[in-house]
Amino acid sequence: MRVADVRARLERLGSGVTFHVLRLGFASRFLAYLVLHSGTALRRFRLTTAEIYFAGVLSLIIILVSGMFVGMVLALQGYETLQRFGASESLGVLVALSLVRELGPVVAGLLFASRAGSAITAEIGLMKATEQLSAMEMMAVDPIARVVAPRFWGGVLSMPLLAALFSATGIFGGYVVGVQLIGVDAGAFWSQMQAAVDVRNDILNGVIKSLVFGIAVTWIAVFEGYDAPPTAEGVSGATTRTVVTSSLAILFLDFILTALMFTGGTHQ
Amino acid sequence: MQQSPAAHPIVEIRKLSFGYDRSRPVLRDINLEIPRGSVVGIMGQSGCGKTTLLRVIMGALRPSAGEARVLGHSTNTLDAEGLYAMRRKMGMLFQFGALFTDMSVYENVAFPLREHAALPDELLNDLVMMKLHAVGLRGAAHLAPTELSGGMARRVALARSIALDPQLILYDEPFTGLDPISFGVIVRLIRELNDSLGATSVIVTHDVQEALGVVDYVYFMAAGRVIAQGRPDEIRRSGEPFVRQFVNGSSEGPVPFHYPAPGYDADLELAAPEPQASPVMPQASH
Repeated sequence: MRVADVRARLERLGSGVTFHVLRLGFASRFLAYLVLHSGTALRRFRLTTAEIYFAGVLSLIIILVSGMFVGMVLALQGYETLQRFGASESLGVLVALSLVRELGPVVAGLLFASRAGSAITAEIGLMKATEQLSAMEMMAVDPIARVVAPRFWGGVLSMPLLAALFSATGIFGGYVVGVQLIGVDAGAFWSQMQAAVDVRNDILNGVIKSLVFGIAVTWIAVFEGYDAPPTAEGVSGATTRTVVTSSLAILFLDFILTALMFTGGTHQ
Repeated sequence: MQQSPAAHPIVEIRKLSFGYDRSRPVLRDINLEIPRGSVVGIMGQSGCGKTTLLRVIMGALRPSAGEARVLGHSTNTLDAEGLYAMRRKMGMLFQFGALFTDMSVYENVAFPLREHAALPDELLNDLVMMKLHAVGLRGAAHLAPTELSGGMARRVALARSIALDPQLILYDEPFTGLDPISFGVIVRLIRELNDSLGATSVIVTHDVQEALGVVDYVYFMAAGRVIAQGRPDEIRRSGEPFVRQFVNGSSEGPVPFHYPAPGYDADLELAAPEPQASPVMPQASH
């Protein structure tokens, strides 16, 4: 009896692992096919700009407001700690580096996953459930090229821009709290920031991070939508999986990228 | 258009079988021919394999055995490009229309034209208006699909499926959920469009009485096989018990009322007397 129990558990574990490995393989082939069939999305760029509007422009409010608050809180917390060491004039550096290197890409990525990623999954999933994708195939139009690819590129292009705007409004929020409310010297705030933030090591690495997160989130979102069972539960399950999987992917990738980028001792 | 089904078939299916896996065949040994210019019905109960057969004809599924020749191509061997080339000559009306919800009625009908033909805007506009006029909805061009009734949505979808003047039009349950007026309109359109475009139509449906009024020839399916075929008057006179039950919409006949189940006693947890000789309800005799 006990042996049978163990065996059943092992079998379940095995089939679970096989299922996930197969799905990852399927998702990878899907991505390869999608990239190879991106001709329409790039040639008729208006299709992609429409998706940049939906994924990017419509995410602006949540990104800008969150960026502002994150920057303001950073300034409060940062000032509190820095002033103990008499380094409150480095507040600008602290705010800018935290945002550009870490918080900008990560928090904007998480917000992007829940705002735009979930919308992309739900839209593609519902199009599948209502046979719109099949109808397209029947009209000899490849739905991956016509529907999925523009959404993918729209998301991938939007994400670095959103992360940059997040960091910019965050720095502005830090300035408002640090300089205007607390009274840190404005000249020190900006000039130290200017001196300490490096274009290649900090800003470019931040942009690379946000680009990687953008690819990961949008890939997960379009795949989950395309792979969703064509039912109400199927689409809702896929939407939830998009948010959960892409949030975990962002945090995991962030650790890997940070380890690769900032532990070489090249910076300062 | 009463002609022998063997004349110049536009769809020719020979000894075709299909199953998602080996243990569960969905279609078994199907033979059928659809002659050019006709309106042919494929009828049967839900789950009898008729929609699967339609998917085989449109090339979405490949047969496990046998052959389907559609518009002169064998779907067994077509690659993706060949399949798309074939589908440009086909139109399909989905059960609930499958209109693109992010586009207006006008853009829905313009979609296949925009994708496949680089037309100047004026010509495109003329074509879209002609197609919408054919289904009586020129005035609804600016509406969104969510503003349409079920019958109107079906007509817009029909206008979209004939946008490229197809040689073969496939209808998947075109009558489901329609009020009597919309229903009459769709029946009329199927016949009119078929004859005016010189197309061939295949209607997959379980609305037998309604469909018998519009088709030239009928194939009856049950449990993945063709069990009867003939002209509508022949089908109405058929002595085949399943066809009779189906045409008359009777609950009595070879298709049992009960889904196969173990003994009633067991489910009611009554004291089980003797094990029953046959605990499973008999299946349809086909």
